[in-house]
Amino acid sequence: MSNPLIDMQKPDVIFCIGTNMTECHPVAATGLKKAIARGAKMIVADPRKIPLADMADVYLPLRVGSDVALLGAMAHVLVRDGLVDESFIAERTSGYPELKAHVAKFTPQWAEGITGIPAADIERAARMYGEAERGAIYYTLGITEHICGVDNVQSLCNLALLTGNIGREGTGINPMRGQNNIQGAGDAGALPNNYPGFQAVTDPANQAKFAKLYGHEIDLEKGMTKVTALELCGDKIRAMLIDGENTVVTDPDRKHCEHALSSLDHLVVIDLFLTDTGKLADVVLPATAWAETDGVCSNTERRVQRLRAAVPAQGEAMPDWWIVSQIAKRCGIPGFDFESAADVFNELCSLSPIYAGLNWDIIDKGEYHWPVPEMGHPGTPILHQGVFENGRGLFKLLEYRDPAETIDADFPVWLTTGRRLESYHSRTQTGRSSGIDYLLWEETLEVHPDDVESWGLRDGDFCTMTSARGSVRIKVEATNRSPRGTVFTSFSFADVRVNDLTGSGYDPITQTAELKVCPVRIEREQATV
Amino acid sequence: MTQVKPTSGAGRIVLDGDSVEFGAGESILEVATRHARDVPTLCYDPRLDAFGGCRLCVVEVEGVRNPVASCARAAEDGMVVHSSTATLEKYRKTLVEMVCSENRQVDVDPLSGLASQELAALADRYDARTGRFAGAQSGCSYEDDDNPFILRDYDQCISCYRCVRVCAEQEGDFAISIKNRGFGTQITVEFDGLLNASACTFCGQCVQTCPTGALADRKALRYADTPGEIEKTRTICTYCGVGCSVDVLTKGDRMVGVQPAMDGPANQGALCVKGQFAYDFVQHEDRLKTPLLRGEDGELHPASWEDALERAADGFLKALEEHGRHSVYAVASGRAPHEAAYTTQKFIRAGFWNNHVDNCSRA
Ligand code: SF4
Ligand code: SF4
Ligand code: FES
Repeated sequence: MSNPLIDMQKPDVIFCIGTNMTECHPVAATGLKKAIARGAKMIVADPRKIPLADMADVYLPLRVGSDVALLGAMAHVLVRDGLVDESFIAERTSGYPELKAHVAKFTPQWAEGITGIPAADIERAARMYGEAERGAIYYTLGITEHICGVDNVQSLCNLALLTGNIGREGTGINPMRGQNNIQGAGDAGALPNNYPGFQAVTDPANQAKFAKLYGHEIDLEKGMTKVTALELCGDKIRAMLIDGENTVVTDPDRKHCEHALSSLDHLVVIDLFLTDTGKLADVVLPATAWAETDGVCSNTERRVQRLRAAVPAQGEAMPDWWIVSQIAKRCGIPGFDFESAADVFNELCSLSPIYAGLNWDIIDKGEYHWPVPEMGHPGTPILHQGVFENGRGLFKLLEYRDPAETIDADFPVWLTTGRRLESYHSRTQTGRSSGIDYLLWEETLEVHPDDVESWGLRDGDFCTMTSARGSVRIKVEATNRSPRGTVFTSFSFADVRVNDLTGSGYDPITQTAELKVCPVRIEREQATV
Repeated sequence: MTQVKPTSGAGRIVLDGDSVEFGAGESILEVATRHARDVPTLCYDPRLDAFGGCRLCVVEVEGVRNPVASCARAAEDGMVVHSSTATLEKYRKTLVEMVCSENRQVDVDPLSGLASQELAALADRYDARTGRFAGAQSGCSYEDDDNPFILRDYDQCISCYRCVRVCAEQEGDFAISIKNRGFGTQITVEFDGLLNASACTFCGQCVQTCPTGALADRKALRYADTPGEIEKTRTICTYCGVGCSVDVLTKGDRMVGVQPAMDGPANQGALCVKGQFAYDFVQHEDRLKTPLLRGEDGELHPASWEDALERAADGFLKALEEHGRHSVYAVASGRAPHEAAYTTQKFIRAGFWNNHVDNCSRA
């Protein structure tokens, strides 16, 4: 997030797109509710009529995967009606004349044809955001899990740059991170393109720096993304270490994943439970869980916080850092003589410019937002104040592209996926916490009541849902949350393997899977008895 | 219900003879608390709008005839305030006695909730367990709500409305409402039914603010009879990226519950159902207890750390030898701490001199 969570109470206009925040980030959503109680207006864009939509002043029910068209049309209105911040554009951006010319063709009428949102509502939303003193954008995986995920994010950046809604309190572009330390995994360098602290591996200066630190020169080329690596398992990739990820359940296209991991010569999985991924491994190593582990995590607002162990490990489980270090030592790799989590974290701080002012003791109270470039620096709750890190904010010229697969006669219905409040990912944790079943005990497919009727289904009965990759059996739930022609389910229950269906494509830049869009066919289940 | 929003500029008041400063908008209670005065409260939760219902926090203000509820009255420049006088203490004692007499039970298990000991502490402070006002009890218990998280025992309710206000003001959910007025007042949910049929999301905030245990953490109370002192360890919720601060409650080696941290920088005391209640996977019997190795028979078998680490390392070395240094790949977790991701990337970069490492954010 460019701005801290506390800022969520401060905007005059909130624009939520592709985020089911009340279910996925409930505590953050309470900040928005307070802003609204204070008089803030809210625009919500989402294919489903999620709970946030009920609180919105303008609700934009866009067709799945049509975000770039909607956002392009909003930019069109801002430019056409002069709702842009001229001085911000002059001082801090480049490429405005080009953008202005580029968005001229994205009329709200044109976008209506693609998104299905009435042009008048697009106009209203654009004007509302454009007239805000403090406008803030919030998004989640509904924006990024598309083949055009990067285009979606850049379209949002264009809106913020046009209106100067960045670098100030109560504004910004704010992705909400889904996993507790997904931000931290990136901060710590678990990325194929970056060393710790987002230092590019392609920069020879960084290469030289790490050659000194790690005792050998490291490739200047980026590594493979996980998606590519999975494709090359058994070919170029022969051995894999997977830490705490239930790949075959959470990644798209399950058959492909299982096949990939089974074709490895060597698979080592570190986890809390014997997951479906672990069952394919040669070696499974038990890690300590949350509440058993000392460590550090970064939240969605870049706040660096301490995790503390409260109970002893179960059985012989050990911390992940210890396990990886032991394997490394046995492979003869130097530099793994860590004796504590503090040792590891302090080494990370010593070589990451955004953590240069941090160490294990300083972060005890969790008051720092990175970057913290030197000792004594107070941290950076709001990014891009006064100046962008790379100079000027560059407007990007984007074109709408169809999703990797679109509906047709064989697969006439849009399936979109997400999370529910009470469960988390593959439920290896929430599913093993008592009482959660009381709230959420089975997977359902959310279908508009009129579709339920016209497709010959019945609320509460099972149906068969089929995509180009596979088929699942799932219970129908009639609800007005789904628009007509679009159905929704989560990917939380092992007995409904929704990722047998998904996986139609990937964003060409980030290789994020298009989990949000998948054309399917839905049939009433034939009576078997 | 007097709903007074303290609004006035900064200035000074005389508090028990000392001249002290106050900030814009501070209530008398906040100023007094900041200056180490222990003014008793019951309907007060610092996160919520002042309510002024229980009158336990009354103070004397010179020139004002009746004692004023300090939580609901803004400090004003030049005010002369007495926070503790014999008259006030007597009045407070009577109030606590009346409240205690209405409740079946003053002492409740501390696992009931974060604020659950407030009434008992006041009863001790004012030696108020005299039963002087013993008589009718308001409220009514709702024991047939079978939800596994929130116990509703309205015999214990003192109508402080903290639960109602936290639900409305903090959560914006409005699942809890007030039925009837005066002595017949009851806290209830929409349509008087089960929480699960209401707008309730089971965030547990009502449980944590209830000063009497009328709303209590049913899940934690399973361990009420487990021997041992309750210890609290401050950590961060393991689920989403908001990063809420929590205290993990333990008795010996057993995790018995979770409470929100009121001073948590990302959440200021708020939690959702996952952070509040979905913690017991940690000590679930399905946890892996030893390393597992795939045997000759193709099955996974328990093994020693020594053998498992040896085998893990051998496989990577073999790949390196036979297929070169670009044949090894690592995926770091988005759920484990920094140290896991850092060592994983270092394993690849320092060991195989390439950048074949990623995390699971792409899924
Ligand atoms: S249930 Fe508890 S918090 Fe709610 S009004 Fe009664 S005593 Fe107060
Ligand atoms: S308590 Fe809920 S909102 Fe807070 S970090 Fe945990 S899952 Fe996220
Ligand atoms: S605490 Fe002030 S009236 Fe209750």
